[in-house]
Amino acid sequence: MIKVRIPTPLRPMTGGKNEVEIAGNSVAEIIENLTSVHPGIKERICDEQGEVRRFINIYVNEEDIRFLTGKETPLKDGDEMSIIPAIAGGR
Amino acid sequence: MTNPRPVLFSLPYSKHDDYLYSIEDEVSIMTKKMQSLVCRECGKEYPTQDIHVCELCFGPLEVKYDYAAIKKEISRDKILAGPKSLWRYVDLLPVEGTNFIGKHAGFTPLVHAKNLGAFLGLDNLYIKNDCVNHPTLSFKDRVVAIALTRARELGFETVACASTGNLANSVSAHAASAGMKCYVFIPGDLEAAKVLGNLIYRPNVIEIEGNYDDVNRLCSEIAGERHWAFVNINIRPYYAEGSKTLAFETAEQLGWRAPDQVVVPMASGSLLTKIWKGLKEFEKVGILDAVPTKINGAQAEGCSPIATAFRNGRDFFKPVKPDTIAKSLAIGNPADGYYALKTAAESHGAMDAVTDDEIVESIKLLAQTEGIFAETAGGVTIGVLRKLAKQGLIRKDEVTVAYITGNGLKTQEAVVDSVGRPTRIQPSLKHFTQTFGIEEST
Repeated sequence: MIKVRIPTPLRPMTGGKNEVEIAGNSVAEIIENLTSVHPGIKERICDEQGEVRRFINIYVNEEDIRFLTGKETPLKDGDEMSIIPAIAGGR
Repeated sequence: MTNPRPVLFSLPYSKHDDYLYSIEDEVSIMTKKMQSLVCRECGKEYPTQDIHVCELCFGPLEVKYDYAAIKKEISRDKILAGPKSLWRYVDLLPVEGTNFIGKHAGFTPLVHAKNLGAFLGLDNLYIKNDCVNHPTLSFKDRVVAIALTRARELGFETVACASTGNLANSVSAHAASAGMKCYVFIPGDLEAAKVLGNLIYRPNVIEIEGNYDDVNRLCSEIAGERHWAFVNINIRPYYAEGSKTLAFETAEQLGWRAPDQVVVPMASGSLLTKIWKGLKEFEKVGILDAVPTKINGAQAEGCSPIATAFRNGRDFFKPVKPDTIAKSLAIGNPADGYYALKTAAESHGAMDAVTDDEIVESIKLLAQTEGIFAETAGGVTIGVLRKLAKQGLIRKDEVTVAYITGNGLKTQEAVVDSVGRPTRIQPSLKHFTQTFGIEEST
């Protein structure tokens, strides 16, 4: 199982939970499987082309998936994934 | 990681912060100038609370003002009669009352840089010198004044930030003076003066084993769990607006005109977008007649995701792992990178980057021509200014403003090995004369 941390704007869709456990072998699979449990969540994370939205960053074990292999980044049991709004920071 | 505050500093704000002079007496404040927070991407509106991203598309939220009402209220005369601080522009700032924190921030010198201008072949070069901002010697005193004032209006007692140093210094100092609890999160490799510049105010300083982007990610997660005012996360729509005052002041100090060119250092890219926004707002409310300004962005080669995207003609950036001495600009995953690129394109500006060696040379050049000791970010700005002037992108006669956003005494490590040593002599006239010779009579 993969532990997925949910950002505040998506928590209404997970019944208020800030963390959920989902099975899946890649980031893309996790997004699909999250959606089967929490309908509509994929549309919030991904744009019309199915790509992760410009203002969302996804991390696997604290590393930005853009430094890994994007949505195809493989996952194994015990990995952690975070979905985080990109808009933050400034020195 | 608890760090109890000493009793001396536990007095409530109202009992110990008003002894110098009262800005409240000088400022009349408009009610309801802020209409809502609005998503820059999809336009969905939200109440003016402590939220920063759109719940639908995750786009950034920005303050929506009632410009028609502000236009009736604001005037050059009203600004001129206001306090000698950024609060003279309060009509265009996102606060509701006059219980200000950071009363003395802003109103820094605009220096006509004739010597540096002569060196670069620019007749109308100005340095906006935020090295001397109050109280912590960087432009961050502007954004923090706005952020903490707004945070207190929203009922927060604890403030926090993710920082590359200057922001943490400013949040720590302002929180101390306002009697607010404070947590600052910094990367583990900051310059000594920027670490000390937190500790002296006794906030909770949390040093993260990682770079700024790691700090920022962690803080975004903590912000979802704690009811704190993270100035550059959940308070960001208000905080970022403080940067507009650099544009307002520049226009006022130039005699109510917009510059032809500006050169702005980029970390998250927010400052650059807000300087453009500030100038355009002044035009919108009738303070300026026209804004022909080209907005140019500057980064260090070792962390140049935005400038690289610009040079490659892309409107999106690829995040990088920072490796530069310009630690205050070392954001590899810049939140406003997309909007910074849009701003440069809209204003017909340019972007470029300089190496660490060029940064050091440029810090020295500014110091030795204008007597201004900037931190590494200032070296980045001057380095890119040199490049743009050399390429003919900035013309000799254009009114050009370079933004120097932080003080060189905070990043001494960058230059300490390249400025020589003092000449050491015995305390005797003989030794002095032996070393320096005899002055020729005139």
